[in-house]
Amino acid sequence: MQSYDLAAGTLREMNAALQAQAGTTNETAWEILNPQGRHAIAVGLDAPLDVTVNGPTGYYCAGMNKHATVRISGNAGPGVAENMMSGTVIVDGDASQYAGATGRGGLLVIRGNASSRCGISMKGIDIVVGGSVGHLSAFMAQAGRLVVLGDAGAALGDSIYEARLYVRGRVASLGADCEEKEMRDEHRGELAELLAAAGHDADPSAFRRYGSARKLYNFNIDKLDAY
Amino acid sequence: MCGIVGLFLKDPTLETRLGALMADMLVQMSERGPDSAGFAVYGAPGGSVRMTLRSESPAADFPLLDQALSQAIGAPVALMTRDTHAVLTLPAEALDAARAALPGLRPGLSVMSFGDVIEIYKEVGLPRDVASRFGLAAMPGTHGIGHTRMATESAVTTMGAHPFSTGPDQCLVHNGSLSNHNALRRDLIREGLTFETDNDSEVAAAYLTARMAEGANLGQALETGLTDLDGFYTFVVGTRDGFGVLRDPIACKPAVLAETDRYVAFGSEYRALAGLPGIEAAKVWEPEPATVYFWSR
Repeated sequence: MQSYDLAAGTLREMNAALQAQAGTTNETAWEILNPQGRHAIAVGLDAPLDVTVNGPTGYYCAGMNKHATVRISGNAGPGVAENMMSGTVIVDGDASQYAGATGRGGLLVIRGNASSRCGISMKGIDIVVGGSVGHLSAFMAQAGRLVVLGDAGAALGDSIYEARLYVRGRVASLGADCEEKEMRDEHRGELAELLAAAGHDADPSAFRRYGSARKLYNFNIDKLDAY
Repeated sequence: MCGIVGLFLKDPTLETRLGALMADMLVQMSERGPDSAGFAVYGAPGGSVRMTLRSESPAADFPLLDQALSQAIGAPVALMTRDTHAVLTLPAEALDAARAALPGLRPGLSVMSFGDVIEIYKEVGLPRDVASRFGLAAMPGTHGIGHTRMATESAVTTMGAHPFSTGPDQCLVHNGSLSNHNALRRDLIREGLTFETDNDSEVAAAYLTARMAEGANLGQALETGLTDLDGFYTFVVGTRDGFGVLRDPIACKPAVLAETDRYVAFGSEYRALAGLPGIEAAKVWEPEPATVYFWSR
C-alpha cells in the first residue's frame, strides 16, 4: 500500500504520482491521507489503481477517471467523478452538486444522498445513489443509467435524450420531455445488475423507470410551449 | 464567485477563540475571493452602543474624534482604532445624535455598522492581509460572519466588500448576483432606507432590515425574501442573537453547514470548516435550496 499525506506534500505531486502509474505499475493500492476538502484529488487517473481517499473532498475528486477504483471515505464536494470514462468511484458519504456530470462510462456509487444536478448531461456513465437526489438530476442526460434508491427532487430528467432513470422513492416532478416508462424484464435485469454492482440488496420490481418522451429532439413550432 | 464563512457558537468556552477560528476559515476561502475581504464579529454587550467607522485617511480623521464627538453630542465617547477602522462606544440614547453629527465633524467617514454588539471590518486585499490588519484572530465574540470577494456586479472598493449592514446589529454576506436589485432599491428608498453603494448585495441587506423593522424576525424576513429577491444567492446573515442561511431555489452557489454541540458553522466549501474543533464528528450537510436555516440564542 502506497500512502500519500496531503498535510505533508502537495496536491500536484500526489496527482502526478498517481497519473504516472499508467500502464506500468503493480503498485495498485494507494491511500490519500488528510484530504481536508481540497480540490481535484486523484483526477485524470489512467491505470487500474485502487485509491482510497481518507476523508472529505472538495471540487472534482476523481474527475476524468479511467480504469481506476477511487473510494472516498467521507463526503464529496461538487463535480465528483466529473467526465469519468471508466472504472469505479465510490462515495461513502453524501455528494454535492453535479456528481458524475458528463460521465461517459464507468460506475459511480454514492452511498448517501446526492444533491442537485446529479448526472447532468451524462453520456454513458452508470450512477447508483443509495439515498436521494436533488433537483434537475439527469438534466439533458444522453446515455447511461441513473438509479436512485431514495427520492428524486424536482424536474427529474429535464430535456433528457436516451438515458434510463430508475427511482424507488417519490419523484417530486418530472422535467420537460421526461415520462414514466414501462418496466419490462430487460429493465429489471439491468437494474438488478446495477444494484448488485453497487452492493445494494434491493428488489428491482420496487423501482419505476423514467426516460425520454422523444418530443423535443427536433425543433417543432407546434411544440413551442414545451421548450 | 465569492467565499463565505460563518460561525455561531453554542459553547461559551469557545468565545475567546471566535476570531482565531474565523481567521483560519476566511483564509481558506482566498481562492474564491482574492480581491477583498470583510467580517462581522458579534462581541459581548456592554450597556452601550458601538459604531464601526471607516476612513480613507485614518491619520487625519481619527485623532481627537472622540473628544469632538463627545462635545457635539454631550455624552461620553470612547474611541478604539484598528487600521482604517475605528470603533466608537457611546451611550445608547446618544446614537442618533452621533450619527447626525459625524458627517459634519469628519465628512470622509463611512459608518460600517452600529448596534449593541456588532463590529464590521472590511478592506480591499487578500483575506490573510485583511484579517491581520484588523487583528481578527484576537477578537472574541459569540458569532461572526466573513466574506472573501471576487467582484462581478460592482467595483472592487472597500464599500463594495461584504458584510453589508443597514440596520442595528444586522449584517449580510452574499455569494451570487441579484437581477432585480435596481427596482428593489428604488422601493426601499421610498420606504426610507439609505444606500452607500450600487452593490446588489447591499439591497438584500436593506431588504431584510426593512422587513425586520416591520416586526419580522430574521427567519420570517428570509422567507419573504424567497419571493421578493430574484437571482442567484447564498446568503448568510447575522443579528444580535441570531444566524441564518438561505440559498435560492436553483442553488448553484455552494454551501456546507456543520453542527456540533459547540457550534454551527457555515462554509462555501468544506475546506473552510476542516480546521474547526471536532469537525470529524460534526453533522455536516448541504443546506437545501429555498429553505431557511436559522439559529438564535
